[in-house]
Amino acid sequence: MTQTHLADSAGLYRTVRLIRRFEERAIGMVRAGQIVGGIHPYIGEEAIAAGVCAALRADDQITSTHRGHGHVLAKGADPKRLLAELAGRTTGLNRGRGGSMHAADFGLGILGANAIVGAAAPIAAGAAWAARRAGKDRVVATFFGDGAVSQGVLLETFNLASLWKVPVVFVCENNGFATSMHTESVVAGSITGRAEAFGIPASTVDGMDPEAVFAATADAVALARSGGGPSMLECVTYRFDVHHTFEYIARPRYRTNEEIAEGRSRDPIEIQGARLPESDRERIDAEIEALLDDAVKFALDGPVPELSTALDYLYADGMRARAGVA
Amino acid sequence: MPNISYLKALNRALTDEMDRDPAVCVFGEDIGAAVTNFTAGLLKRFGAERVVDMPISEQAFTSFATGAAMAGQRPVIEFQIPALLFLAFEQIANQAHKFSLMTGGQTSVPVTYVLPSSGSREGWAGQHSDHPYSLFAHVGVKTVVPATPADAYGLLVTAIRDDDPVVMFAPTGALGKREDLDFAQLGPVPLGVGRIHRSGTDVTVVAVGHLVHDALAVAEELDGAVSVEVFDPRSLYPFDWAGLAESLERTGRLVVIDDSNRSCGIGGEILATAAEQMRLIAPPKRITRPDGAVLPFARDLDLSLQPNREQLRTAVLRVVGMDADTALKLIEDARGVEIGAAS
Repeated sequence: MTQTHLADSAGLYRTVRLIRRFEERAIGMVRAGQIVGGIHPYIGEEAIAAGVCAALRADDQITSTHRGHGHVLAKGADPKRLLAELAGRTTGLNRGRGGSMHAADFGLGILGANAIVGAAAPIAAGAAWAARRAGKDRVVATFFGDGAVSQGVLLETFNLASLWKVPVVFVCENNGFATSMHTESVVAGSITGRAEAFGIPASTVDGMDPEAVFAATADAVALARSGGGPSMLECVTYRFDVHHTFEYIARPRYRTNEEIAEGRSRDPIEIQGARLPESDRERIDAEIEALLDDAVKFALDGPVPELSTALDYLYADGMRARAGVA
Repeated sequence: MPNISYLKALNRALTDEMDRDPAVCVFGEDIGAAVTNFTAGLLKRFGAERVVDMPISEQAFTSFATGAAMAGQRPVIEFQIPALLFLAFEQIANQAHKFSLMTGGQTSVPVTYVLPSSGSREGWAGQHSDHPYSLFAHVGVKTVVPATPADAYGLLVTAIRDDDPVVMFAPTGALGKREDLDFAQLGPVPLGVGRIHRSGTDVTVVAVGHLVHDALAVAEELDGAVSVEVFDPRSLYPFDWAGLAESLERTGRLVVIDDSNRSCGIGGEILATAAEQMRLIAPPKRITRPDGAVLPFARDLDLSLQPNREQLRTAVLRVVGMDADTALKLIEDARGVEIGAAS
């Protein structure tokens, strides 16, 4: 069973709107110096996280990317604790040890955002394989960008997953850019063709429409859960904002204003919002603002970690590393 | 009591752990056919669901194991060639190792990586002859290099049961070593606890892996002239610093023999730590591969770049300030026989 409260029109709208407003608040906190290190905003791509995660069961799992806030929120993470993580507080999802690029909530099946492009796919496949070995009918969805399709480890993972019919869904978020490089300038052949070469069914999906993403993912999840093996979805989307907030300072020019305007002309928030009565939309928007007001307060009120705990959790058995001075 | 080889001890440890814990599974290339013999008999005994032959995709299957470990399995990966660790370094050093801290302790990655034939195999040339254990100690991955069959058994059992990633180097030079072992008496060997194979009072020789056997041979040769203590750290990370300090309290002199490249090798770390914190009455020495060594193919060239007994003998005499003739005379006097020229 998918989680119907996430998958109906209001549920999908709520998720995309939450992600959008979360990111806008987080960008504000980056500019204010309350989040250090910056973030990779997901603005414009919200439909993918919302649609995919709505098609998963609560006990299914995901792996995420450097641009991961949307995935983490859509899978159910508490916005307060994600924001506290971004702010480096002990109240954060990872106790302030992971930050934006490593946010995880294992209790919710969020096996972590990963800062190396393509690196999470084999982890997702291994987790899915292990769950099947343990007799569970769990599915794992792994998100990656178009930049990852040129990483060898991703293609190796296609081979492993297809060979053993591992219950994994490969979700490619094709936003047209690997950082500053146009996809067509760095990807030979096609993205779906890569999966198909390994015998993995692949389809191209409108990544701006949460309902289209949900429908395609529901099919892929059903196939994986029934033992049919992996699928790949190429969700075509557009990144409305910067690759990373450092661009606000560095100001690289790799796309024209016309192109940005064109890309922004289809907005997943508006697409999904138009499917709701205006009053419902206003109510949801208001709820989200209240939630995020609380989240910002919670994040900034959270304690920063004690310096003596800097290497806590380095080893699962509590082994202590030698200090840098003797 | 059966006489067991180091390789057989490794195989026995893996078999015992798979019997004991159904979460233990093995990934690697050619492990069904057991081309290295490390996995001999396992496919038949445990089946293809637990003994999984992998495509030639070291990067993917290393992280596949990470994912499986985070989902409750306890994978053991066999890498046939030590240089494959360079290929999978991202997956070990940057993924498996970092998950515990980065997630604030939400998960752990109990994977064991085993290299049954690390270091030179003589004549396997540049890309099959490395011994990169220092690299893993440097990044903080638990790293063990057992020297004897009993320690190979005990450290592999410990590595598999450990909740963190552990890399085990099984040096080619030790794989054929044999020992009379009573399996009923074998058990886990803790990480970070060294072993004194031979007690002495003049010099502590810290020897890594197969070089323990060379150190014991040199200690025996010099018996009568120099009293050599042979300290085998067994695990390089964590390292038994307290055990080394105790040994140096007795001897005050230190020589390390280490099959790493010289710059940033574990031998350098041992010397530095001893110099900073321990009792030394003479400048310490280390014997290593040269800086940045790429082992050449020709056999004599290959051997010439690896630490050897003659270098160790010379270093031990230097740290005690004794020339070779004096040493020889002392040995002859002690044994009551004439030996002739040293070596």
